[in-house]
Amino acid sequence: MEFQSPRHSARRTVKNSSKLKSEYPHSLQLYSVPPNETIGLQELEDWAVERLKVLRAIERVNLSKNARFSDDWKNALKNDLQKQNLNSWYQLSSSIKDEKMDELICKTRQKDHVSHFLLRLAYCRTEESRRWFISQETDLFRFRFSMENSEDIRVFMKENKMNFQPIPEEEKKKILTKLIHAMPFNANKIDMVEYYKVPFTEALDLVRHRKVYLQAGYAYVPNEELVSIITAMFRSHLSLAMALTMRSLPELEDDHRIRRLLNDFDKRYTGQDFNALQNKSSGAAITPEMLDGLSKQSYPLCMRHLHETLRSTHHLKHGGRIQYGLFIKGIGLSLEHSLKFWREEFSKNMDIDKFEKQYAYTIRHNYGKEGKRVNYSPHSCIKIINASVGPGENHGCPFKHFDAAVLRQKMATNRVPQPAIQEIVDLVTRHHYQIACQRYFEATHNTELDSGIQHPNQYFIESQKILNGEAKEKPKGAHKVQTIRATLPAKVEKPDTTDENDEILREGKDNHFLIFRLHGNHRTNTRFQHMIGVTIMYT
Amino acid sequence: MSEQSEEAMLTYYKRLFPYGPYFRWLNYGNMKEHYFHNREFSFTLPDDIYIRYQSFKDEAELEEELKKMKPQKIDLGAVYNHRPKSHRSITNFVPMEKELVFDIDMTDYDDVRNCCQGADICDKCWKFMVVAVKVLDVALREDFGYQHLLWVFSGRRGVHCWVCDDAARALDQSARSAVAEYLQIIKGGEQQNKKVSFNHEHLHPAISRAAGIVGHHFESMMVEDQDILGNEEAVKKFLLMIPDEQLKIKLEKAMLNYHDSISRWRVFEELTANTGKTKRQILHLKEEIMLQLTYPRLDINVSKQLNHLLKSPFCVHPKTGKICVPIDPANVEEFSPETVPTLSQLINELLELNSESLGKDGKSLKEYERTALNPSIQLFKKFLSNLESSWRHKRIIASDAKMEF
Repeated sequence: MEFQSPRHSARRTVKNSSKLKSEYPHSLQLYSVPPNETIGLQELEDWAVERLKVLRAIERVNLSKNARFSDDWKNALKNDLQKQNLNSWYQLSSSIKDEKMDELICKTRQKDHVSHFLLRLAYCRTEESRRWFISQETDLFRFRFSMENSEDIRVFMKENKMNFQPIPEEEKKKILTKLIHAMPFNANKIDMVEYYKVPFTEALDLVRHRKVYLQAGYAYVPNEELVSIITAMFRSHLSLAMALTMRSLPELEDDHRIRRLLNDFDKRYTGQDFNALQNKSSGAAITPEMLDGLSKQSYPLCMRHLHETLRSTHHLKHGGRIQYGLFIKGIGLSLEHSLKFWREEFSKNMDIDKFEKQYAYTIRHNYGKEGKRVNYSPHSCIKIINASVGPGENHGCPFKHFDAAVLRQKMATNRVPQPAIQEIVDLVTRHHYQIACQRYFEATHNTELDSGIQHPNQYFIESQKILNGEAKEKPKGAHKVQTIRATLPAKVEKPDTTDENDEILREGKDNHFLIFRLHGNHRTNTRFQHMIGVTIMYT
Repeated sequence: MSEQSEEAMLTYYKRLFPYGPYFRWLNYGNMKEHYFHNREFSFTLPDDIYIRYQSFKDEAELEEELKKMKPQKIDLGAVYNHRPKSHRSITNFVPMEKELVFDIDMTDYDDVRNCCQGADICDKCWKFMVVAVKVLDVALREDFGYQHLLWVFSGRRGVHCWVCDDAARALDQSARSAVAEYLQIIKGGEQQNKKVSFNHEHLHPAISRAAGIVGHHFESMMVEDQDILGNEEAVKKFLLMIPDEQLKIKLEKAMLNYHDSISRWRVFEELTANTGKTKRQILHLKEEIMLQLTYPRLDINVSKQLNHLLKSPFCVHPKTGKICVPIDPANVEEFSPETVPTLSQLINELLELNSESLGKDGKSLKEYERTALNPSIQLFKKFLSNLESSWRHKRIIASDAKMEF
């Protein structure tokens, strides 16, 4: 991509509108080819920020109660985008066919294209940011896909060489019963359904949830589930591209303008980092002796349950050790204290020797002292709610993973008033686990919480604030970090003279190579013009 | 004794370990360069000293190293993009391939078995493993089309499955986790009584097939052996799985009129035979309960991770001294962990061996072929020859392709 001053690029865009049209024939893109246009640096930033807002909106809507990709979910997302004046991000085609509309649509598609590639650069650096980006982008793609009509989809599939052929009638008849039994919906309309036979590895989400019939490594996918396959292709394509982009990044970062832009971006991607957070509110370090008291006062139910199970059985299975171990790291328990805490409890049941050999490793691992040496972050509510919990295990989210009767009893023991218990159980039956947790917080703290619960460590902090009388000053607390910084960084600095006319050509090892051209050119002191042409090509 | 003596281990690695077939397995016909060399081995030495990232050039180097190190336990990891031994000097060291593996351990059945707990097993609870092998074996073959499944006794109380097909070894992490979750139907922790629920009108073909297999064993293993309805307390525990309050009360009353598991189970069957048609929640109640009690309980984290280590076949279990021998899935009912040869038993056999013995074809037999280990080795070789025919076939295709140019 190349970028120039806004004045310049505007002129060019008009001139090239017909070219643009041929470049962006479809509202959906797989983003296979990077842009090769001239775009102003400021415009580039604006577009990227807009896209980031869209991705954040998707993340927000995913946190809400609506089932993903349901009509409610889509409407919630549309509303959110409309509020931020971002309608164009899902209106990428139009029934009105005039020149002006065409131009507008093409411009939007170009914006979509360019901003995607810029954010790729910003989000390719860490595993976590890659995962976040890929997951929001995939949702965005699926959201847009769901609004296309079948004719458009056909064209899109054809253009992208997705040649799925429905299986012939005879083949369908042979396995009809199996197909019916694999259908989650009413079998009456089976005659209308076309089936596509694809390798199961292309339909992983459908396989995972047993939504398709499998035979000898092939999944029989009904046409209404095709979107799942195309989305999966989008995801795997993007995931590969992100890995390759990351490897090319060191070369791009030689340019401080790009570096500044990117640095600034990927800091905006997640909520608060609860990793190794010190318990600032009380000012004192947390010690193992304090945990009993804290668990009653300020732990969310999931952690309180793990703590109490550990105290009573002197053991937790792997999932529980990870979930609880990272949580107490997050509230400020040091590695030494943590080892002491687990050792004391486990050694009531086993030799200290066995503990040191089999369990101490995981605890040091949690703190990034073993193995990959990653300082792991405490799990968020989403991760805990989606955890798979098996027999004998106690981790997960009580509002999701407890039977209602057990949950009632547990809450009664924790002195939650009866009306609140009823309300919480109602929320749970409607699958509103996080709202249930929020109500639990409110009932046990006798207050109202307007921020919602997204993270057990956030729950803890909110609770500590209230108990220490700080709540009034910061009513919103950690929730604030969810909103994106709207102000943009100050204007770009002058480029170093050494940047001028650098030309670097390097060949990568893995059959992909990167050409990086950089031209610095400033005309006046106040006004400058950059042209950075970056072409990333994969062969 | 919690570990095997060094002397015994040395004898095992000198005279009993089947290097030839073992190498032929992990070398996979050398279809991919450095496949064996880039495989991670990990050793456990006495006093729980753990060494990861070992790798060996070939069979000879593996043999030499095993005799030298005499590991108590051998774990196999992934095939990496470089030699694991030099992983520290490589910046981009990533796992490329591994068998798709499954690990089923009896401890995960503690809440449904009344005969033993924890590390103990008996013939009664071994039946859980029989069911697990049957259910998973057919699912992996029919649904996923895999053919080269190596089932192995884990040495004490469980089984492992190594899916060795080319396509299975090349699966990435997300595909592995999808397969594992497809095969996992028991969901729910300590605080959830009903762990299997299906809300659709029909059971998915894979589920109804599993229910069929399970149903075949259910009465003898659960109702009789485990005596799941043997006393009032057990009945109460059983009834916790009934989601419908009215039905629960009705069942409790009717079941307690009888005094043995089998009659009480009959009552359950009768009373739930027709209720399902009216209420969706209890439509598949009988199947759900049977599956919750007997469907294979997978440790799916082992299957999901590409770089997860798993105890190698033909390893000696450090605690029991039993050899981790292959199991024939077609005759899994005949397998009993009681009869698996132990290291000390094999060493005694070696002491009594005559100096030379000839096999049918006149060649001299390996020592391990003259001990109780032999049937297991033959089974392993049978698995190998099927595997080898698959890549012979591929070689022919490859050379045919070359001819065309």
